[in-house]
Amino acid sequence: MCAGCGAPPVARMVMRALKEGDHAVVAGATGCMEVSTFIYPYTAWTDSFIHTAFENASSTLSGVEACYKAMKRQGKLPEDSHTKFIAFGGDGGTYDIGIQALSGAMERGHDMVYVCYDNGAYMNTGIQRSSATPRFADTTTSPAGAVIPGKMQSRKDLAKIMVAHHLPYVAQTACINNFKDLYEKSEKAIYTEGPCFLNVLAPCPRGWGYPTDMLMQINKLAVETCYWPLYEVIDGKYVVNYKPKNKLPIEEFLKPQKRFKHMFKPGNEWMIEEFQKEVDDRWNELLALEEMTNKE
Amino acid sequence: MSIRERLSGNEAAATAMKQINPDVVAAFPITPSTEIPQYFSTFVSNGTVDTEFVAVESEHSAMSACIGAEAAGGRAMTATSANGLSFMWEMIYIASSMRLPIVMSLVNRAVSGPLNIHNDHSDAMGVRDAGWIMLFSENNQEAYDNLVMAHRIAEHKDVLLPLMVCQDGFITSHSIENIELIEDDLVKNFVGKYEPEHYLLNSKEPISMGPLDLQAYLFEHKKQQSQAMVNAKQVILDVAKDFEKMTGRSYGLFEEYKLEDAEIAIVCMNSTAGTTKYVVDELRARGIKAGLLKVRVFRPFPAEEIAKALSHVKAVAVLDKADSLNACGGALFSDVTSGMQVNKVMVPTVNYIYGIGGRDTKATDIESVFNDLQEIVKTGDIGNPYRYLGLRG
Repeated sequence: MCAGCGAPPVARMVMRALKEGDHAVVAGATGCMEVSTFIYPYTAWTDSFIHTAFENASSTLSGVEACYKAMKRQGKLPEDSHTKFIAFGGDGGTYDIGIQALSGAMERGHDMVYVCYDNGAYMNTGIQRSSATPRFADTTTSPAGAVIPGKMQSRKDLAKIMVAHHLPYVAQTACINNFKDLYEKSEKAIYTEGPCFLNVLAPCPRGWGYPTDMLMQINKLAVETCYWPLYEVIDGKYVVNYKPKNKLPIEEFLKPQKRFKHMFKPGNEWMIEEFQKEVDDRWNELLALEEMTNKE
Repeated sequence: MSIRERLSGNEAAATAMKQINPDVVAAFPITPSTEIPQYFSTFVSNGTVDTEFVAVESEHSAMSACIGAEAAGGRAMTATSANGLSFMWEMIYIASSMRLPIVMSLVNRAVSGPLNIHNDHSDAMGVRDAGWIMLFSENNQEAYDNLVMAHRIAEHKDVLLPLMVCQDGFITSHSIENIELIEDDLVKNFVGKYEPEHYLLNSKEPISMGPLDLQAYLFEHKKQQSQAMVNAKQVILDVAKDFEKMTGRSYGLFEEYKLEDAEIAIVCMNSTAGTTKYVVDELRARGIKAGLLKVRVFRPFPAEEIAKALSHVKAVAVLDKADSLNACGGALFSDVTSGMQVNKVMVPTVNYIYGIGGRDTKATDIESVFNDLQEIVKTGDIGNPYRYLGLRG
C-alpha cells in the first residue's frame, strides 16, 4: 500500500488481537487493502481470507460463519478448533454500497467483527466522495470549484447507525498512543459473542494530501480536535475513552490536508466556522449520550 | 420402494433439499420461488435438517452467503426467481469463477420490466454465459430428480461449477402433480459426503480465495472454467446412469420424443414440452410425423448432439420463452442453429418467441407451429424465421 497509508497498521493491529492458536476467516471488501494484499498468485494473509466483491464482505462472511455453526454442530470440524470471523471494508464498501449487507448481517446476529477502515472517500478508484467524506472536502466527484466549494453534505454517522442495531459492542478508534486503544477494542470486538463493529480512522495521504511521514500525527490531530472521538458502546452504554483536556481547534486537523486547502482562502472563514460547529455539536452529543446511557 | 406423493414443484424442490440436507441455505423471498425457503425453514425449525438457514436481506446477500458457506467447506443452496436472480447477477459470475459447486433452484419468471410475476425464461437467459450448469425440468418429478443429481455433477473434481435447476414458475412450481420420491437414505447415499480439497475453515491449511487476478493469469483461469463446462457433459451423463440404476428413470442431455422418424420437430424447454408431447401424440394419430426435442441440459449446451438428433427432419421450430431483443432470434434458437451450421446440418429452422410474461401456451398454439412446419416442408419457403406465438394483433 502507499507510504503513509493508515490502513495497514489497522489490519495488522486488529489481527494481532487474535489469540495465539485461534484461527480466523477474514473477509475483505474490494478496495485498496484487498487489491494490495491478495494479487494472484500471492497472498499477504496468514489466516484464511476471502474476497468476493465490493459491497458484500459482511454477507459473504455471514455465509462462512453460518457454515461454521452448521459444521460444528454436525461434528464436521475438530472440537478444539476455534475460528473467529473478521471483515474489513473501506468506507465506500461499508457506509455506502455495503450498508445493506452490513445492516443485514448485524441484524441477523452473526458472530463476527466488521472493521471499517475509514479514509473518507473512494480512494482505490481515485478519491471520489462517499457518505463518509467530511463536509467541504475536495474530492474528484466533489471538486472545490468556483461555485461549489467541495462536498456540501456532512458525514454519515455510521457508528451510531450500528449502535441502533443494538449490537453488544460498537467502537470508534484510531491508531494513536502506541495502538493501545485500537488493540484493546479489537480484542473486545473479536472476543465478544455476536455481531460487533469497529470504525477505525485510516488516513489516506493521496486523498487527504498530507506528507506521508505525518500519518501518526494526522491520526492524533483527528482525536485531539474531537473530529474523531474515541468511544465505545457496550450493550448500549456509551463510554467516551478519551476527553482531551485541551481540545484543539479544528484548523489544526484541516490545515495539513490539501483537500481542505480552499477553506483557508480569504473569504472562506465561514467554512471553518461551520466545520468547527459541526465537530462541537457532534462531540457534545456524544458526551450527552454517555451521560444519558450511564444513568443509574 | 419409492414413495408416491402429490407435490407442487416448489414442494418437490424443498423435499429434495431436505433430503440433501445442506450445511447452509441462504435465501430471500420472491414470487414464485418463495415457497421453497418457506418449506425449508420449517424443516430447520422442526430440526428435520442440520442446515443453518440464513434469512438474508437480499438476493445479492443470498448468493454472497452461499459463496461464503461453500468456500468455508460446506454445501450451500438457494432458490430464487426473476429479479432475484438479476440482483444476484454479480455474484453469479463470482460463484462460478471461484469454482464453488453451489446449487440453486431457479423458478423461472419474467424479469422486470414492466413488473410481471409469471413464467417465462428471461431470468435464466440473462445468466446463460455466467458459467453455471443449467438443467431444465418439464415437471415436478424432473425438478426433484435434477436436484437430487445436482451435487454429484457440480462437485465432481473435473467440474466444480455451480448448478441451477430450472422449472417453470406457477405452471410447475404451484401445480400439484403425482411424484415418485426416493427414500431419504438412498438420496443421502447417492448425494454422498462433500469433501472439498481446500476450504476456509480448515485451520490447518489457511487459504486465500478470490484474488485480484490480472493480465498474467485471468485468461488461463477462464479457460479452466470453460474446460470444466466441457467436462460437465460426460459427468452429467454418468450421474444420470447411476440415477437410473437407483430409480429406473432415465435422463440424457435432452429428451427425444417420437423424434426418431419425425419429419417436423419442435425444440423447447421446461413445461411446454409436456404440452408439445400431447400435440405430437394427436398429430401422430392423424398420421403426421411430428416429434419433440426437449432440452434438459442448456449449459453445457449439447450443440453437436442436438444437431445430429435433428439432422434427419425436414423442418424445425425452436421455441424461446424469452425474447433476446437482438433482431436475430432467441437464445435457444441461436445456440441450436449455430450448432447445426457448424455440424453441417442444413434443415430449415424457424424461431418462435412465446409465452412471455406467463402468456398461456395452449395445445392449439403448438399445433399451429407444427402446421407452419408442414407448410415450410411443402413449399420449401421458411419466410420470416423470427416469429411470435400467441401474440395478439
